[in-house]
Amino acid sequence: MTIKGKAYIGGIYEHPTRKADDKSLAQLHAESARGALEDAGLTRDDVDGYFCAGDAPGLGPLSMADYMGLKLRHMDSTETGGSSYVIHVAHAAEAIAVGKCRIALITLAGRPRAEGMATGTAPRNYGTAAPDVQFEYPFGPTVVNMYAMAAQRHMHEFGTTSEQLAWIKVAASHHAQHNSHALLREVVTVQDVVGSPMIADPLHRLDCCVITDGGGALVVVAPEVAKSLKRPRVRLLGAGESPKHQMGGKVDLTYTGAARSGPMAFEEAGVKPGDIKYVSIYDSFTITVLICLEDLGFCPRGGGGRFVSDGNLISGTGRLPFNTDGGGLCNNHPANRGGMTKVVEAVRQLRGEAHPKVQVKNCNLALAHGTGGSLGTRHGSATVILERE
Amino acid sequence: MAIAERKIPAPHPNPETKAFWDGAAQGRLLLKKCLACSQVHYYPRAICPFCGSDRTEWQQASGRGSIYSWSVMRRAEVPYAIAYVTLDEGVTMMTNIVDCDLDGIRIGQRVRVVFKPTEGGPPVPTFTPA
Repeated sequence: MTIKGKAYIGGIYEHPTRKADDKSLAQLHAESARGALEDAGLTRDDVDGYFCAGDAPGLGPLSMADYMGLKLRHMDSTETGGSSYVIHVAHAAEAIAVGKCRIALITLAGRPRAEGMATGTAPRNYGTAAPDVQFEYPFGPTVVNMYAMAAQRHMHEFGTTSEQLAWIKVAASHHAQHNSHALLREVVTVQDVVGSPMIADPLHRLDCCVITDGGGALVVVAPEVAKSLKRPRVRLLGAGESPKHQMGGKVDLTYTGAARSGPMAFEEAGVKPGDIKYVSIYDSFTITVLICLEDLGFCPRGGGGRFVSDGNLISGTGRLPFNTDGGGLCNNHPANRGGMTKVVEAVRQLRGEAHPKVQVKNCNLALAHGTGGSLGTRHGSATVILERE
Repeated sequence: MAIAERKIPAPHPNPETKAFWDGAAQGRLLLKKCLACSQVHYYPRAICPFCGSDRTEWQQASGRGSIYSWSVMRRAEVPYAIAYVTLDEGVTMMTNIVDCDLDGIRIGQRVRVVFKPTEGGPPVPTFTPA
């Protein structure tokens, strides 16, 4: 059994807001859903499958099906943090392949800016029933210092430098300058990044992604539905998902779950990293991109620093254009979850609908990858490979 | 000179982990070892994460190890160092590095356990340069 060719992405939408003081969470989900359905040329009544994650209010699919008036025969609320929506694409394809639904809607939304959330710098407590919390929360784990420990170890083992990490932000900023919706549109230099305030050694302020309100949605459809839509056809070729954790105390921060989800996706798709024309990689921090590029096979283990340097990720000049919308580092990071916007920009590239200044020529094969949770403790990795038909 | 210390939130023991925190209150760092596969794991569990056996027992750790990775959180009321320390018993645990110059912390540095009080709970195992 395979999902190769069994499902298409028929509709995409990225909510234009970056601060939503005047909107509710459910409203942002529903506005995103409407945008993706309009993009596909479908209506709410066509939807028979719905997917959402922990950012959805109340009882997830129940609350949102109620709010939006959906009539469903399939629901899935797989929650793996920011990678959830990449996994949802694969799970929607699985459900479509076995006939559980034909038109699956995936939504994400959040208001961390409007709510004044200290996303990266306040220790996160997932509740005392989480088995790890009593052994971690007292020590002050935040989003930033957990990713920082992965960066610190990578530098120690492979000689990776802050300047190399900075190139990832520099590339994202080159792309964001062309995105009128991007939160940060100013082009920055390596010196700007390494000269910005240290948040948690060795990550500087500009190594960190933005905090934004907003949302996004995807419509995943069966092949016969895709053929009826008036949109360029983007086909799912392969997918992989994997958790990674502390392995009972055998902690290794130098790789991520992408080392498993990537090869699974490539094997199912029947393609190699060298075939990929464009990558969307969840860029919660610069280090996230660097390690994932290694794990996904775009460069050797430990070689990420050299690979990302000298503008190699910049569209038009670099070998592997990435996050051409500006990514989470510059454009948008709705709900503190980056997986959704990664799939959206990959589909734009495959359709030829990215901004002309960053559109990759003959972009027929793309990869989108999400990391949810924390590189420093436990996370879910998810990879999808998409093809323009 | 008085150095401001970060207030450490209390851990919440449960029936599975009570012995660990009772040990901490006595200044002892306890680990779980599996009698079926002979491996030590962390954080402690009733069921071995390596082989699934429920034949796990507490053993006292040496309290010595080396720093696997670290980060000083600068954007905090009182900056603090979080770290993973690999104990001589082979497991790596999350902790704080304390009672030292935060700018001098290095990967591979030898450290020893020192228990620090928490806000209304049992003390937690932190580490300081050996």
